[in-house]
Amino acid sequence: MDRRKTIKSMLVGGLAGPLLVAGCVPEVDDKKIVIRDTMGLYGRTPKEKEHDAKVMATSIFSEHELATITVLCDLILPATSSAVSATQAGVPEFISFIVMDIPDHQLPLRGGMMWLDHRSKKLFGKVFMMCTTEQQKHLLDEIAWPEHSSPEVAQGVAFCSLIRNLVLTGYYTSKEGLKDLAYQGNVANIWDGVPSDVLAKHNLSYDPAWLAKCVDQSKRDLMAEWDAEGNLIS
Amino acid sequence: MQNEKSSKDYDVIIVGSGAGGGMATKILSEAGLSIAVVEAGPHFDPSDPEQRTQLKWPWESPRRGAGSKTRPFGDFDACYGGWEIEGEPYTHTPGTKFDWWRAHMLGGRTNHWGRISLRFGPRDFKHKSYDGLGEDWPISYDDVKPYYDKVDKLIGVFGSKENLPNEPDGFFLPPPKPRLHELYFIEGSKKAGVPVIPGRLSMVTKRINKDRGVCFYCGQCNRGCSVYADFSAGTCLIFPAQKSGGQIDLFVNSMVREVNTDDEGHAKGVTYINKEDRMEYELKGKVVVLAASACSSARILLNSKSKQHPDGLGNSSGMIGKYLHDSTGASRDAFMPKLMDRDIYNEDGVGGMHIYTPWWLDNKKLDFPRGYHLEMWGGMDMPSYGFGFDPNELNVHIGKRVGGYGNQLRDDVKKFYGSVVGMSGRGECIARENNYCEIDPDVVDEYGIPVLRFNYTWTDYERNQARHMHNTFEEIFDAMGATVLGEKPGKENDFGLAAPGRIIHEVGTTRMGNDPSKSVVNSFEQLHDARNVFVVDGGPFVSQADKNPTWTILALSWRTCDHIIDQLKKQNI
Repeated sequence: MDRRKTIKSMLVGGLAGPLLVAGCVPEVDDKKIVIRDTMGLYGRTPKEKEHDAKVMATSIFSEHELATITVLCDLILPATSSAVSATQAGVPEFISFIVMDIPDHQLPLRGGMMWLDHRSKKLFGKVFMMCTTEQQKHLLDEIAWPEHSSPEVAQGVAFCSLIRNLVLTGYYTSKEGLKDLAYQGNVANIWDGVPSDVLAKHNLSYDPAWLAKCVDQSKRDLMAEWDAEGNLIS
Repeated sequence: MQNEKSSKDYDVIIVGSGAGGGMATKILSEAGLSIAVVEAGPHFDPSDPEQRTQLKWPWESPRRGAGSKTRPFGDFDACYGGWEIEGEPYTHTPGTKFDWWRAHMLGGRTNHWGRISLRFGPRDFKHKSYDGLGEDWPISYDDVKPYYDKVDKLIGVFGSKENLPNEPDGFFLPPPKPRLHELYFIEGSKKAGVPVIPGRLSMVTKRINKDRGVCFYCGQCNRGCSVYADFSAGTCLIFPAQKSGGQIDLFVNSMVREVNTDDEGHAKGVTYINKEDRMEYELKGKVVVLAASACSSARILLNSKSKQHPDGLGNSSGMIGKYLHDSTGASRDAFMPKLMDRDIYNEDGVGGMHIYTPWWLDNKKLDFPRGYHLEMWGGMDMPSYGFGFDPNELNVHIGKRVGGYGNQLRDDVKKFYGSVVGMSGRGECIARENNYCEIDPDVVDEYGIPVLRFNYTWTDYERNQARHMHNTFEEIFDAMGATVLGEKPGKENDFGLAAPGRIIHEVGTTRMGNDPSKSVVNSFEQLHDARNVFVVDGGPFVSQADKNPTWTILALSWRTCDHIIDQLKKQNI
């Protein structure tokens, strides 16, 4: 029986009358943790789906703004020999979404880009994205180091911090970014303590008395049983 | 508006499906009683592919896990609700503050909570006898101990036998080994003279029954577990009760407005609003068990006015809503230079701390009357929105420049990944009559139900406690070689004390007592004013202890249900 369909058909809201939800909980066997394919699903309620669709269907950026963001993305995180650039990791698309979802970012980001073009025209006679990479870096050097910048570009420093934050967070929450970080988590596994080489490196060790209290992972699947005093005996 | 009446007459109507309501559903249905569970939110099952967020990657959320209006604790958090719910406001007496978290879904807040599962100790039930403040419970640890034991065995909690006077041991599953940063905490705490013991959380580290899986250490309990290896009321209580053939009718998206009473003032059922058609319906039942959360149950009772109960059902004492209290809380982060440039491995562990510090000092020597416990965190967490912000601000502590652009930032991110640790204190405040919620005379929610108005302030007891927490944080951080981050909060910001409600442990609004003029329910959580109405959430708590309330809610709900079954058999209700 398709449990989900059953529950759905039984749960027709709060209508009065008996709506018996039969027990159809699946048997689980943690030795084979099977995660069903749910691509594209991440637990949204109908209201949330509606909100996400609405946000995704809109964009506040002009073509020029998007192009500027793209240039900034790859100045902030260019590709390396082993990792893709921010643009290749889809960061501009992420920024387009997040400014619609968190509208407080809109004004400082769009205003900041206007500031950047203004400064660029003053220094080089053209907008930021039309400058050479060398000129773009010259401008970033003015505003990328908060403690080493002049007061006349303070607004640019604030903008640079914001775009840097969004690029970094967009990158390191992408598939490519997690690969660059060498992130190892978010998978079924059995935690059995800090690897011994890591312990040695940190000059740390487990206290035997503490360890004696901890789970014996070879017995994790044995049904728990206790004596009358609460001592685990299985 | 017409009221649709169900022809069915239930033995018991349970309002709310969290810890208290879930336990009541299980115990009462297994006794063969016919049950209606009325839940304000939708059905929820963390194994349902449509609802599951466990093991999702950050990029599967377009906002990369950021918090939103509907998920204030992040896009993957298994909680439908939050501090604010559209269409369901609450208000405050000017000059006071209380942030009220509500979860509207099957299982309530148990779906995303921290699973810290602590028993109250003998002193926690009799604290007035010890320090003269607040009130003693009419029951003692010995009354509740058999139920704590049963809850441990039914649901599963890991921990260790420590023989501490006010931190009773239980029937524990074995705890997981500490993580790297936790070993540093143990070392530092020892130097600072602060004891540390294995954590006590309700994740199944060893098989507890055939229907639930064993923890596979993804560290995501707040997303709900698709193999049911952590405790939530749906997966561990309500689904098993359904599976074992209980007569349970589940009414979801159904918001209870009031308890209906007969001419003698006894409950005869409830009126609820179906959120989908916005119509009112009535359910009939012999017994009503309220488990909607401390403040929601108080609201329902206060809104249940009749000739027999003019001030609200169960409120002849005027005590409903009074003695509202939440745990105190303060937190601090620190940078651990020894944890820079880490070897990368999976250290997710369970979704919470593998170690903790129960209260260890004597309040008689301190300027605040009640204790707190310490929670510690850190580690190489999965990045989500916010990761990479100010990517190298910690350079300031190692004499390097902050800022920049280009691939140097990649090195900085990796250098500092997993090098920030933190601590929180969670303490007890004294329940006071003048901290309360009441019905706002002017405001209704979108269903026409009068809403709560809160009135809550902290005293110097709690502020002094928060100051002490921060001193402790600094002592431990110093001893472990960590650099404390941020400014130490001072008097002007209550020494970092979190706003009332923020720790989401609200209790006390229908407090328990033997004297009907000073309490709302008796020692079996039964209304003094109506013998077939019970409250099994945090409302009956006389005092909070420096413990998280869930394990005590579960034990007391079970104890109350045994009493209900006994009283029904004897035809007393």
